Parts: sequence; C-alpha cells; structure tokens
Amino acid sequence: MNFASKEAPVVRYRKVSKSFGDLTILREIDLDIAPGEKIAVIGPSGSGKTTMARLLMTLEEPSSGTIEVDGEHLWHKNVNGKLVRADEKHLHSIRGKIGMVFQHFNLFPHMSILRNVTEAPIHVLGLDKEEAIDRAITMLRKVGLADKLDHYPTQLSGGQKQRVAIARALVMRPKVMLFDEVTSALDPELVGEVLAVIREIAAEGEMAMLLITHEMDFARDVADRIIFTDGGRIVEQGTPEQIFYKPESPRLQTFLSRFRAG
Amino acid sequence: MVSVDLLPLLYQGAVTTLKVTVLSMGVAFLLSFLAGFARLSRRKSIRLVSSVYVEVFRGTSLIVQLFWLFYALPLLGIELTALAAGVAALGLNYGAYGSEVVRSAILAVPKGQTEASIALNMSPMLRMRRVILPQAMVIMLPSFSNLAIELLKGTSLVSLITMADLTYQGMILRTFDASRTFEIFGLILLMYFVMAYPLTLMMRWLERRFSAGRV
Repeated sequence: MNFASKEAPVVRYRKVSKSFGDLTILREIDLDIAPGEKIAVIGPSGSGKTTMARLLMTLEEPSSGTIEVDGEHLWHKNVNGKLVRADEKHLHSIRGKIGMVFQHFNLFPHMSILRNVTEAPIHVLGLDKEEAIDRAITMLRKVGLADKLDHYPTQLSGGQKQRVAIARALVMRPKVMLFDEVTSALDPELVGEVLAVIREIAAEGEMAMLLITHEMDFARDVADRIIFTDGGRIVEQGTPEQIFYKPESPRLQTFLSRFRAG
Repeated sequence: MVSVDLLPLLYQGAVTTLKVTVLSMGVAFLLSFLAGFARLSRRKSIRLVSSVYVEVFRGTSLIVQLFWLFYALPLLGIELTALAAGVAALGLNYGAYGSEVVRSAILAVPKGQTEASIALNMSPMLRMRRVILPQAMVIMLPSFSNLAIELLKGTSLVSLITMADLTYQGMILRTFDASRTFEIFGLILLMYFVMAYPLTLMMRWLERRFSAGRV
C-alpha cells in the first residue's frame, strides 16, 4: 500500500510533458501509482497538478511522453512495434479503468439524481436497468443521499451535488479515481461532509486514488504518499510524515509555511 | 356588383399556406441540424461546405432565391413546381439560419458536461445524444420558435411564384371588390395569427418539457 510496493503499477507516467502553445504546464513527469495506493498531490496553483489528472482521464492529450494503465498504453497504440497515436476506440477500451470527480461537480442538470448515477452503467457498461438502479442506490446510500433519488441537481446543495458526483464515478468501479480539487468550489461548512465520504471510500482500500487538494490535514490523514509539484515538476515526494514534518526542498518549505501562516 | 363570399377562398389559401409552412419547416429543421453539426465537424472540408451554404443562403435575398429556383433553374433544364420551388427556397433559407442556432446552442452547453461524460467513458455519439443535445435543445427552442413563426409569415412570398396561398387569395379578392379591402386584409391578418399562435404554444410546451429539473 505504499510507493515501495513491489506490485506492478496500475498507472505509469513516463516523461510526460504538456504545453499549451508557449506555456509549458508539465515537464517530463515520471510517476507510478500502485494498485490501491492513495496519493495526494499538493502544490501552488498553476503547478500542473490538475493537468496530471486530466491527461490520465483523456481530457487532454500529452505533448510528449507516455502513460500506461494496467500495462497498456493509454494515448498510444502498438502497431507493428511502433507507437502510434491512439484513436477513440482505443481510448474507450482503457478509459473505463479511470474515474474522475471534478471541482465543479458537472452533474447532468437534465437528469434526476438517480439517472445521473444509472446513465453510464446502463449505456456504457450495458447493465440492465434493475441492476444499475440497485448499484446506484447502494452507492447513493453510501454517500448519504438515498433519499434524493427523484431530485434534480439544482435542488441540492454544493456538498450534496459533489457527493452525487462521487457516487456517479464510483458506480463505474474504476481502478483509479481522480479527485480534482473537489472541495475548492464548496462553501466552507460543506467541505467536511465531502471529505468524510472520501475518507470512508479510501478506507475501503482496493481503489487507487489521486487526490489533488489544498486540504493539508485531509491529505496527511488519507494519503500513503504525498507529491509536491511546482513549475510543472514533481519537486518532492514522500510519506505524509516526511513531507509535512521534514520537507527538504526550499520550495516545499516555503509552500508549507505559507499554508500554515494562511 | 357581385358580392363574393370571402371565407371559402381565404380558407383554401390558408390550407396552401399551411402546406408550404409544414413542408418547409421539415426541410429547414433537417438542414439546421445537418449544417449545424457539419459546422462543428473535425474535418475542414465538411465545415467549409456547410459555411458556404449558410453564408450564401443567409447573405442573399429570400425572394431572389425563390425567383431563381422558379424562373432561372428552368433555363438550365431543371423545372420545379411552384410548391417544390417554394419549399426548397424557404427550407434552404431558414435552414441556414437554423444551423447557426443549432451550432451556437451546442457550443453553449458547458464544457464540463462533455468532460463528465468522457470521464464516464461515454462514446461521442452517446455524449451528444444523451448529455449535450437535451441541454442544447432548451437553448435552441426560443430561437427556433422565432424562426418557425417567421417562416410561416415568409410563405406569403410564394404568392409571387403563382401559388394560391392566403396572401394571393387576398390580392385576388381585392380585385373583385376593392371596397372590402379593409375586411379582406383584416381577415388575412387574423388568419395568419390564428396559425402562428398554436406554434408559439407548442414551442412553449416543448420548452417546458425539455427544461425539466431546471428552475
């Protein structure tokens, strides 16, 4: 369960870079995620944390480098020993192992809460309706919203919306779940209920998680490993203990001191 | 002076007007989506064909398009009936406007919706059909509603290519008895309104249906 694990990684970034025009967001990132590992990514805004997740979710294409999921290339296809750019069909075949929860929830506003959660299981996984509903209700119960099945997203608070979004992603049973600053858009009093749900899921264990967050206490409690990014690079990584109590690089020290002061 | 019964002739004209309206609407609706999606295509050639269509039909006069299809095409050996020419001109013209409605509505759906559906591994078709279009429809409907009513009234132009629509019948009746001009055109105005208002009501009903869940 830690980064020294001997198990084959479920995700492997190799020299992954991303630029938008002249702006370089990620510079040759290397990162292995072990099955079930919980990694928290911290760092100043603009340091490339979110882009790391977006590349893995196939929302953004890397400028160079490769990403492997379960030993298979994500953005490339192996054709006669040569790596060529993946097409939608290939992306579709691998993307199902990844799930994501977004900062702004992105629930489907025209669907009830139940349909938000059953839509993909029915139409993507091909489950029959009853099974999908069963699964959805189990998940919604877990996030404490089984009484809101017929509500629409507009009728929920931000914290409730985010918990639905978590259920919607979980119901697809991904191997790796990405949480992209999932509490940043919430009113302070609603942050706790969302973090509590994530803690509970993390405790169950088997799913790997990449948690991009500004909640330092949460990162320390939940993560097996903490990664500090700055300027598009992984500047330092280690156990929560190392990162928070014995930070080595000056940049991490400055970052943490600002946090403590703020 | 012969007293002519106005209503039967006006009624006949209204039927023609409705026929032209419904047929052109069908063509315009289809073209709106075809050209609207084409404008969003990843392929440049498809985008180009669609923009040329939209700009040509938006940028030239509807009445000249109508005359061109009815009076100029026969010189190239293609003869269209008045109905076919009318439906084609109106459909192509309003389809060009409609395609912009479709295109802009699809682009107006927040990007996060596409991203969430990618994260759930939905195929591009599924994304469009079940996530993007239902939300874009709500945005399209008020503009479509305007276009539909404008199209209905725009059909009066077909009276200029020999079709006996509502406006045409009015003009004929007036030549019988100019003293009833007030009555004749009053009736025609009323009849256009009676046809247009149900359109408004239907569009409002659709808007309500498509906006379930949104306050």
